[in-house]
Amino acid sequence: MTATRSLVIEKELPHPPEKIWRALTQGPLIKQWLMDNDLQPVVGHRFSFRSTPVPNWNGVIDSEVLVVEPNKKLSYSWNTLGLESVVVWTLAATSGGTLVRMEHSGFGPDQEAAYKGANYGWQKFIGGLERVVAGLPA
Amino acid sequence: MPSHADNLFKALADPTRRAIFERLTRDGDQTVHALTECAGVSQPMVSKHLSTLKRARLVRNRRKGRETHYSAQPRALAPLVDWMSYYSRFWHDRFDHLESLLKRMD
Repeated sequence: MTATRSLVIEKELPHPPEKIWRALTQGPLIKQWLMDNDLQPVVGHRFSFRSTPVPNWNGVIDSEVLVVEPNKKLSYSWNTLGLESVVVWTLAATSGGTLVRMEHSGFGPDQEAAYKGANYGWQKFIGGLERVVAGLPA
Repeated sequence: MPSHADNLFKALADPTRRAIFERLTRDGDQTVHALTECAGVSQPMVSKHLSTLKRARLVRNRRKGRETHYSAQPRALAPLVDWMSYYSRFWHDRFDHLESLLKRMD
């Protein structure tokens, strides 16, 4: 089950964080590599990503900007087809450029995590899921 | 009517339910009583979580004497696995686009 692990993508790119930040936060640039959008890098800004509609999907992803730390961290919600998830981009300068990390984690924030004894993270579950799926009969 | 995927994602959105489900996959069948001892929430809450997991087909229950035993049904995770593989391909593809855009930018 390598597929579940790759929801975190980490790659060093030979460009400075400031330049990558522009590609992640300026609408016309985002459109060139991701999707048409009306994102503004302002916490609380609600926007949408729009791609070509396909049967059973209108192509719209409803989002809200959750975190903006210029040249360091950007996060937005990613809600579509009734499924709430969160995308987090983290940039860290390296000697040769920038380490870019993208994490797409599932199903919304753990709003009920405040329950006693419920400090059970999504990442841990994914680890468990891989073991479960690996053990499934084909 | 909510689809199986809706019920599944809703069921897995809660950390206590994920913990209960993983415990059942790891340790095999359990009673509500045994699950409550580890869950850190009251027995009525555990029962409520179990019925949500059952609606998502993630667990099955069966009476054995005076107690109800619950078991995990990992096959019900299929839509989640599909979702993961879809987004894995999607983001790898978009990363490639991002890299070519960065090469074109000043």
